[in-house]
Amino acid sequence: MIETDVRVVGEFIDKLLSLDRLGAEDILDRARQNTSPLQVVEELIIPALEEVGRGWEQGSVALAQVYMGSRICEDLVELFLPSSSPERTSKPLMAISLLDDYHGLGKTIVYTALRASGYELMDYGRLTVAELVRRVCADSTRIILISTLMLRSALQVREVKEMLAAAGCQAKIVVGGAPFRFDPRLWQEVGADAMGATAADAIKVVTHIIEEEL
Amino acid sequence: MIPLSKMSSMERVLTTLGHNEPDRVPFFLLLSLHGARELGMTIREYFSRPDNVVEGQLRMLAKYNHDCLYPFFYASIEVEAFGGETIFYDDGPPNCGAPIIRLQSDIGELRVPEIEKSAGLARVLTAITALKEKVGDETPIIAVAVSPFSLPVMQMGFAQYFELIYESPELFDRLMAVNEEFCVSWANAQLNAGATAICYFDPLASPTMISREMYLKTGFEVSRRTLARINGPTATHLASGHCLPIVDDLTATGTAAVGVSALEDLSEIKEACRNKLTVIGNLNGVEMRSWTVAQAEQKVKDAINGAAAGGGFILSDNHGEIPWQVDEEVLLAISRAVRQWGNYPVGKKI
Repeated sequence: MIETDVRVVGEFIDKLLSLDRLGAEDILDRARQNTSPLQVVEELIIPALEEVGRGWEQGSVALAQVYMGSRICEDLVELFLPSSSPERTSKPLMAISLLDDYHGLGKTIVYTALRASGYELMDYGRLTVAELVRRVCADSTRIILISTLMLRSALQVREVKEMLAAAGCQAKIVVGGAPFRFDPRLWQEVGADAMGATAADAIKVVTHIIEEEL
Repeated sequence: MIPLSKMSSMERVLTTLGHNEPDRVPFFLLLSLHGARELGMTIREYFSRPDNVVEGQLRMLAKYNHDCLYPFFYASIEVEAFGGETIFYDDGPPNCGAPIIRLQSDIGELRVPEIEKSAGLARVLTAITALKEKVGDETPIIAVAVSPFSLPVMQMGFAQYFELIYESPELFDRLMAVNEEFCVSWANAQLNAGATAICYFDPLASPTMISREMYLKTGFEVSRRTLARINGPTATHLASGHCLPIVDDLTATGTAAVGVSALEDLSEIKEACRNKLTVIGNLNGVEMRSWTVAQAEQKVKDAINGAAAGGGFILSDNHGEIPWQVDEEVLLAISRAVRQWGNYPVGKKI
């Protein structure tokens, strides 16, 4: 129904950026009338989040709008695709974490955007390198997303990589945050498997890993 | 008129702030943590005593021969005055601990801290006074005050603060009233202690963080009120955030300079700021960690080419704090390159 309807996606984005939750809900309700929940997510929510992420990268959208818009999407998606829904993608096991860093906004935005995109993931909160490695191994987590703001945290990803390898854990490491945006080669230097510059990037990266690499 | 060849750092900086060309491009190495390395102590130990910071700043001034002293301890020292805690690391800037505002209703109970009753702020003031005694009017002393609009990121966390801005305007106004009083008192106390200017850290003002439309309704008005009451020059630093769409707005707040991002085109910013704001920037602090000496020299040349002509430019990093991981050799290379390539006139491409 909404497939390729760029106009509807555009209207939905406008509602998100102006924090018009009721307006966004109205568009979503109309979209859902003849469409499955997952199709709404794939054809409306994800394209909208991707466009908002592009806007942030290009400077036309502010981080506050990204956060508030992601939060609206997560709330709305929860209404028709609740956490317990079998249609959510909960395998392979995925988690997001801060690495000894008290700046949690990036983690919250990525967590929210992934959930709004139909993924289920665990939020590990803030952990040290050793705590994170223990948790990943104990849970058999297959994809670990690490959000950073401080350079020291970004550099600690190398230790995570080495300790996971030493423990025989095969988890894919996806990193994001300011240090990786300001030094585009840093993610490879620290041994991450992928980097996402925005929450929308994180969705793409996770989808790619699940479809192609696991 | 001062002979160009005899300019002190103070004269050099004041000349460029007046949008005239001094003898050479002034440069600020905004080093705080590196002082601990100079003194061979942990970052926590270093910031525990003002005389450490005084000694660290003076050693770095002698070593790198740059154009300012930067007695900035760490941002969360301001939140300590509100009862907050600081988390120290051995290899990076201290972080703010748990938020002091856990619920929005806590804002009603918030009181303006008294500067003199905060041990952390007192250490900063002592350091500034001692530095002023050492350098007099030769070298600018750049102190830091976090803007009332950006301080809540540490007081309550980013996400909660965004929700406050958008959803609870009355509580936002109440928080700004407290923070404005604190910021004005703190900035003026540092100026009274001997600081030359205030680096007014306002990353939330950047369109990277908040839309211009919302900024004009909120942070812009806060800054206009606050800066009008600070008794000295201010430089607004967006801590790596973009500034181009709000250059005129920043000018209207009454600030004299802007710290700009490495992710924006320096020459484009310079054109937008010409004769309005002095541009401070924009060497990439994160990349600087892995620069070679030759790369450092090239980056300095690129920045000079992009923004030095006509004055109104101070070469610096893009964040307001050079990362701990940046090597001394790179900092020395930056210093040499400014001396070699930054002499005015710099009209021809170097």
